[in-house]
Amino acid sequence: MSAHAESHDHHDHDHHDDEVVSHSTLGGYLLGFFLAVVLTAIPFWLVMGKVIPDTRTISVVLLSFAAIQIVVHMIYFLHMDTKSQGGWNMLALIFTLILVVITLSGSIWVMFHMNANMMPGMSHDMSQQVKNLP
Amino acid sequence: MNTPDLAKLIFGRLTLEAIPYHEPILLATFAGVAIGGIALLAVITKYKLWGYLWKEWFTSIDHKKIGIMYMVFGIVMLLRGFADALMMRAQQAIAFNGNPGFLPPHHYDQIFTAHGVIMIFFVAMPLVTGLMNYVVPLQIGARDVAFPFLNNFSFWMTVAGGLLVMASLFVGEFARTGWLAYPPLSGLAQSPDVGVDYYIWSLQVAGVGTTLSGINLIATIVKMRAPGMTMMKMPVFTWTSLCTNVLIVAAFPVLTAVLVLLALDRYAGTNFFTNDFGGNAMMYVNLIWIWGHPEVYILVLPVFGVFSEVVSTFSQKRLFGYASMVYATVVITVLSYLVWLHHFFTMGSGASVNSFFGITTMIISIPTGAKIFNWLFTMYRGRINFDVPMLWTVGFMVTFVIGGMTGVMLAVPPADFLLHNSLFLIAHFHNVIIGGVIFGLFAGINYWFPKAFGFRLDAFWGKCSFWFWLVGFYVAFMPLYVLGFMGVTRRMNHFEDPSLQIWFQIAALGAVLIALGIGSFLVQIYVSIKNRDKLRDVTGDPWHGRTLEWATSSPPPEYNFAFTPVIHEADAWWDMKERNAGRRTEGYLPIHMPKNTAAGFVIAAFAFVFGFAMIWHMFLIAGLSFLGILVSAITHTFNYKRDYYIDAGVVERTETARTEELAAHV
Amino acid sequence: MSDMHATPSAALAENQTQFWMTKDHHPENGTLLGFWIYLMSDCLIFASLFAVYGVLGRSYAGGPSGADLFELPLVALNTTMLLLSSITYGFAVLEMQKNRRGTMMAWLIITGLFGLAFLGIEMYEFAHLIHEGAGPQRSAFLSSFFTLVGTHGLHVTFGIVWLVTLLVQVGKHGLTGANKRRIMCLSMFWHFLDVVWIGVFTFVYLMGVLP
Repeated sequence: MSAHAESHDHHDHDHHDDEVVSHSTLGGYLLGFFLAVVLTAIPFWLVMGKVIPDTRTISVVLLSFAAIQIVVHMIYFLHMDTKSQGGWNMLALIFTLILVVITLSGSIWVMFHMNANMMPGMSHDMSQQVKNLP
Repeated sequence: MNTPDLAKLIFGRLTLEAIPYHEPILLATFAGVAIGGIALLAVITKYKLWGYLWKEWFTSIDHKKIGIMYMVFGIVMLLRGFADALMMRAQQAIAFNGNPGFLPPHHYDQIFTAHGVIMIFFVAMPLVTGLMNYVVPLQIGARDVAFPFLNNFSFWMTVAGGLLVMASLFVGEFARTGWLAYPPLSGLAQSPDVGVDYYIWSLQVAGVGTTLSGINLIATIVKMRAPGMTMMKMPVFTWTSLCTNVLIVAAFPVLTAVLVLLALDRYAGTNFFTNDFGGNAMMYVNLIWIWGHPEVYILVLPVFGVFSEVVSTFSQKRLFGYASMVYATVVITVLSYLVWLHHFFTMGSGASVNSFFGITTMIISIPTGAKIFNWLFTMYRGRINFDVPMLWTVGFMVTFVIGGMTGVMLAVPPADFLLHNSLFLIAHFHNVIIGGVIFGLFAGINYWFPKAFGFRLDAFWGKCSFWFWLVGFYVAFMPLYVLGFMGVTRRMNHFEDPSLQIWFQIAALGAVLIALGIGSFLVQIYVSIKNRDKLRDVTGDPWHGRTLEWATSSPPPEYNFAFTPVIHEADAWWDMKERNAGRRTEGYLPIHMPKNTAAGFVIAAFAFVFGFAMIWHMFLIAGLSFLGILVSAITHTFNYKRDYYIDAGVVERTETARTEELAAHV
Repeated sequence: MSDMHATPSAALAENQTQFWMTKDHHPENGTLLGFWIYLMSDCLIFASLFAVYGVLGRSYAGGPSGADLFELPLVALNTTMLLLSSITYGFAVLEMQKNRRGTMMAWLIITGLFGLAFLGIEMYEFAHLIHEGAGPQRSAFLSSFFTLVGTHGLHVTFGIVWLVTLLVQVGKHGLTGANKRRIMCLSMFWHFLDVVWIGVFTFVYLMGVLP
């Protein structure tokens, strides 16, 4: 009979019910909702009111707002923290985010170079140039 | 509504002309399959096995039985895939000097496509998944996987996908596009018939199963390890399985997405990969290789795990550099997402992109090389038993290093511009897939067969199989390296230059040798079953194993372990034996187990019908079967009583019987 | 994760190291983790679709562009629906924690209605675009737009089907452990769709109307 094994067993049983209901509180949800509304409203206002004329700048601003809002949703709605499911949730999320970044930026990078090399003179509309492919 | 409209609603574009009765090869194959099938069904009926099969196997959620079913499915599909290979080798060996051979281009193109699709998706994947399914829960001291129902469902989805590919043989035709179905060739304009649709739907159906089984095994490994088994005490096979399933879960969605887009182009008239309206076919190539490269590692990582287990068991030593092995596996997992462009260096991304991907590709050879050294150092000064699994392992180490080196050659973009799409490439990837994955699978089958069935596989026929495969591989593929250097491209159905013929004839001889290897394997199984009493192993530990699966009986009881083991060392079972842990033979408890269910089979059957109906544009039936999928899945969620307890008395009887058997054989 | 931290029991009685559990061993339930991993794989489906939109999103083939087509007030309204449905799902979870079945089901129904409103607006938008001749066949840009936004909408649809199923199950069996777990899974699914929508309205709509 070992104390270690027993404590492990015990630990499991304690966890059975708590794991479902973790950190949700009314205040948390309301704060998250408030932040989400603000972080949604500002980008819409920026674009609809044509506040920033430079396309590149506003793109960066919009993407930053999106990134912040995603973090807000992750924390307040999805209750992400480093401890849920023994850290595995966070690990899976980080790994996925890395792959999302690789897939997105990699594809765009690769395809941009391919288009630039194979379809020179192409600006936005590639309908004409595709026909000239080797 | 008049009759033709009704017929179209029900049968879509399926007519009697879709049955290829004018093609003698297909007709003969069909006759063979039909006669064999009827004979099999007759035997099952005669011995009244239907009830047994249905209750004990088809609806089983026992990971061991599902694992075995995966293996059987994979081996059956291997025969089909290899028949394609033989036909290609024969065609290329004779189609010279104006001789058109026996396969017209239309048929030949289907064969090389089917060969690739079947070998990757329906041979290598099921065999790898089968091994993981069988072994991982045993190695971590668990009673089943985390989601037993999903496991059964995944299996049947894989089978449904495989059946769709097989159906294309006799109803309609398969894709003529190569195994990745690049558009615009696979687009509606160039491939208006059903071939590509068979391709799309068989992979989508099977892909659901693969993804779910990946999720399942990750949750199993993360959540269900026996107490004391920290991450760095997990057996290496479990580690590589974990990384493999992470790759599956992360890579297969991309395949799903890209096939959906191709399907939309073909069914809904969208313009993702078309030649006009702004479509970009190269995006398909880009996306499918984001899945495709990790897929290679999905196949090879688990067999790296197999080799690690086999090497340390048969060298009777702890694995050299366990930690470095784990880190190498994790590094490969991540790096495998950063190399996809090396499959299309020639597509014109330019120097900066090509050099980035060339360098990342070369970097992958570092962790792989580290693994090879780890295995060598494990063997160094070990007391090596050259049993059959070990033979496969040594054969792998030699062969895989050659394949790896040709891979690094291909990773150099300027060299790749010369070798791209040549037979050199074909030789390279067969070198790593046969020399790596297939050899590893045979090592694994020979290694774990006694665990699954309680008797060893016959060593003589095992050795025959090994030597035929090994020699056959070199004879079949070394000529392709030579031909590749001469500039011969892949996927050709005949050649004009007679000086090439001798190389193809040698390669065909190699294929015949491999056929003998497969034959020997089948004979090996037959002979072993016949002599099972002589080959019987009652200890449960025939190879003096090191990991937990050898701690229980062979075959293990349905609950795997009467008592959950407590782990103190990385080689848990070795540690137990060293410290005379012995079996615990009293204080049995009722054991909590999941209950069998037919839901997985039913949903997968609907999915098969759905896929088939979509292929033939039978939209009414497609809609109904989709509804069937939804309803049966939802109905399943209303089943809350999914488990039961095995009575402590039953456990006691089983375990006492084993105690007596062990005592009788000491 | 308890066993991640478990150490070998070196401190145990010298010769009596334990090798077999003497008690019934229940591994932790893997459903929430497994579902999270499924969501991660779904996330990569969306990542692929975003990548396609990123590459093809400016291939208008002489057809209309995002600036010509997108009506941002409508998108803002739709975003509001989804955000509201998120907070109401949150309220449902809070009620679930207090084991109040009736109010929980009410909040779930409200969530489902917001979801339906979202879908309705989206279908109106799609119908409008197709009516204007800007259907998914018109250009690669529109193909990728319809597929990305439509895939999200399809997920919301399945979320609603699931929500209805769950309502029936909670009505029938009450707030059992299994049902609570399912509510939490759907909660993750729902909030995950919200996160994807942030990407959609930023990357597709807001950035799509930029010159």
